[in-house]
Amino acid sequence: MNLGGVVSMEKKAGRRLGEKQSTSKGQISIDNVSISFGSGLTKKLAITETTLNITPGEFVCILGPSGCGKSTLLNAVAGYVSPSSGKILVDGKPVKGPSPERGMVFQQYSLFPWKTVHDNIAFGPRIAGYSSTECKSIANTLLSMIGLSNSAKCLPGELSGGMQQRVGIARALANYPSVLLMDEPFGALDAQTRLMMQESLLNIWSEFGTTVLFITHDVDEAIFLADRVLVMSASPGSIISDFRVGLERPRNPEISTSEEFIELKKQCLSQIRSESLKAFEGSGGH
Amino acid sequence: MRAAYLDKAESNVDGSDVAGSMGKQKALGVGSIADGPLDPMAHRNSVLYKLAHLFGQLPIRAIAVGAISVTIGLFLWHWATLYKFNYFVNFEHVPAPLLVGDAFSRHFFDPAFHTHVLVSLRRIFFAYSIAVVLGIVIGLIVGRSRTARSAILPYIEIIRPIPAVAWIPLAILMWPTEEASIIYITLLGALFPIILNTVHGVEQTPEVLVRAAQSLGANRAQVFWHVVLPAAMPSIAAGLAIGMGISWFSLLAGEIISGQFGIGYFTWHAYSMINYTDIVVGMLVIGALGSLSTYLVRLITRPMLRWNRKLR
Ligand SMILES: Nc1ncnc2c1ncn2[C@@H]1O[C@H](COP(=O)(O)OP(=O)(O)O)[C@@H](O)[C@H]1O
Ligand SMILES: [Mg+2]
Repeated sequence: MNLGGVVSMEKKAGRRLGEKQSTSKGQISIDNVSISFGSGLTKKLAITETTLNITPGEFVCILGPSGCGKSTLLNAVAGYVSPSSGKILVDGKPVKGPSPERGMVFQQYSLFPWKTVHDNIAFGPRIAGYSSTECKSIANTLLSMIGLSNSAKCLPGELSGGMQQRVGIARALANYPSVLLMDEPFGALDAQTRLMMQESLLNIWSEFGTTVLFITHDVDEAIFLADRVLVMSASPGSIISDFRVGLERPRNPEISTSEEFIELKKQCLSQIRSESLKAFEGSGGH
Repeated sequence: MRAAYLDKAESNVDGSDVAGSMGKQKALGVGSIADGPLDPMAHRNSVLYKLAHLFGQLPIRAIAVGAISVTIGLFLWHWATLYKFNYFVNFEHVPAPLLVGDAFSRHFFDPAFHTHVLVSLRRIFFAYSIAVVLGIVIGLIVGRSRTARSAILPYIEIIRPIPAVAWIPLAILMWPTEEASIIYITLLGALFPIILNTVHGVEQTPEVLVRAAQSLGANRAQVFWHVVLPAAMPSIAAGLAIGMGISWFSLLAGEIISGQFGIGYFTWHAYSMINYTDIVVGMLVIGALGSLSTYLVRLITRPMLRWNRKLR
């Protein structure tokens, strides 16, 4: 297979496939950020005075009850919403809008339904101006990485939910982003598929070594995946605790029965339970 | 399906050459659609399925029912004119179907009639082409930009309900030639359904797809081309088909202006000559050309909508 396109692309991105990234790209700093929607009487504070630093190559999970502002915070890093106050820097540059440097994976299916799987993955490189042979070789490399080489010519509608999400991840990675932002990407999948996807994500991540900011409300998922688990408070959201996950990598599903895992899970759960309770009572307590 | 796929792949190893290569082809055919046990659509790629599907798709029943219905309609028409049916609706002066058929077959070989039809087709072609380009561009802009919407919507709302016939005096005054006025009137008819359907389609573009494209580096124009336009395509295609129908409708009004040619002119002329048979011939030809060209539009837009049908 001709990998010329991939190689030249990697050079531009300053890294090499199959090798954990050693450059210092992918640093996120969120500095005293507040985000609110609307104005006047309908003004709603979604995120309040949040400060957070993520080092390059780190896998960070954000845990929190629904409605606490997880998506809002992620969307601010992605550049879809701008903070009302505070600063967000990625690799030292302020976030001004969406950029291919920050790849995004959504919870809902977000593949272009009129493009084949191959063309979905090749979309980013194509927009970036790579030749069609280069786009093709990038797409093929990613397709084989996610195990869907045979489905290259399928339309997204012909794939199962898990397959579609794998394509979504590959599409975001085709730009070799320094940061990968994932908003409950496995939330809509059944438990079995979810476990497979988590392992497969860790495999892909070990090859790309990008910084990952991953949102979930599933404690097991967060601990299994992350280097760091951040727990968010109920609305308005802010980070209330920061757990370091010391479990060694590569991880396999059996790890969830280890003592360390269970201890971490206990701590996270107790934090989340008190926050969920607050959210529940705050909403009227029905 | 997965099991069958594996079987075929294996028979490829130890089977004879011919059987092996056939097995391989089939296995590839399945594999290109199915990637694993999860794909429920895999069987759709087999040749047998396709044949059965094609045969099942032939609307034999529908054709038969349609033919019977038309025959009954013709018979009723014939009966009403034969017995000069006159009870609230008066058929005394309505030409009989056989007379109309007779007149039609005479016109069918008449070069003058061919000219009428060709002139009308040319007008439809120009007016409709302009309407398609204008309608889609205006629709995309109005659908995506709030300012453009506020600026353009009042015009659309006021001009849209004006019937084509009402435009005739002004169109004659405004445009340098008769031909231009006719094309203008025809164009207006097709324009509004195309604009409105495009706007509707654009509004239905899932925001998550726009965001996905943006995070992959697409700028405003690229988002338009790669996301908004294809997402709006099903609705645009519906607008294109409706617009084609209405442009024939308006053409008839526009050709009142024309001193000499066009199927609309032919029909109006027959009216002023009190030639009822030719009026009906003109009406039926307009109807036939109108539905034929609408069908053509559907045929052309269909390949762009394949993804949409596969979603269902
Ligand atoms: N575009 C918006 N306009 C107004 N309010 C919003 C908007 N997006 C989110 N919110 C509000 O901000 C809060 C946090 O939402 P979100 O970030 O989606 O929560 P999560 O992802 O944690 O479930 C919610 O109360 C929600 O109603
Ligand atoms: Mg959310």
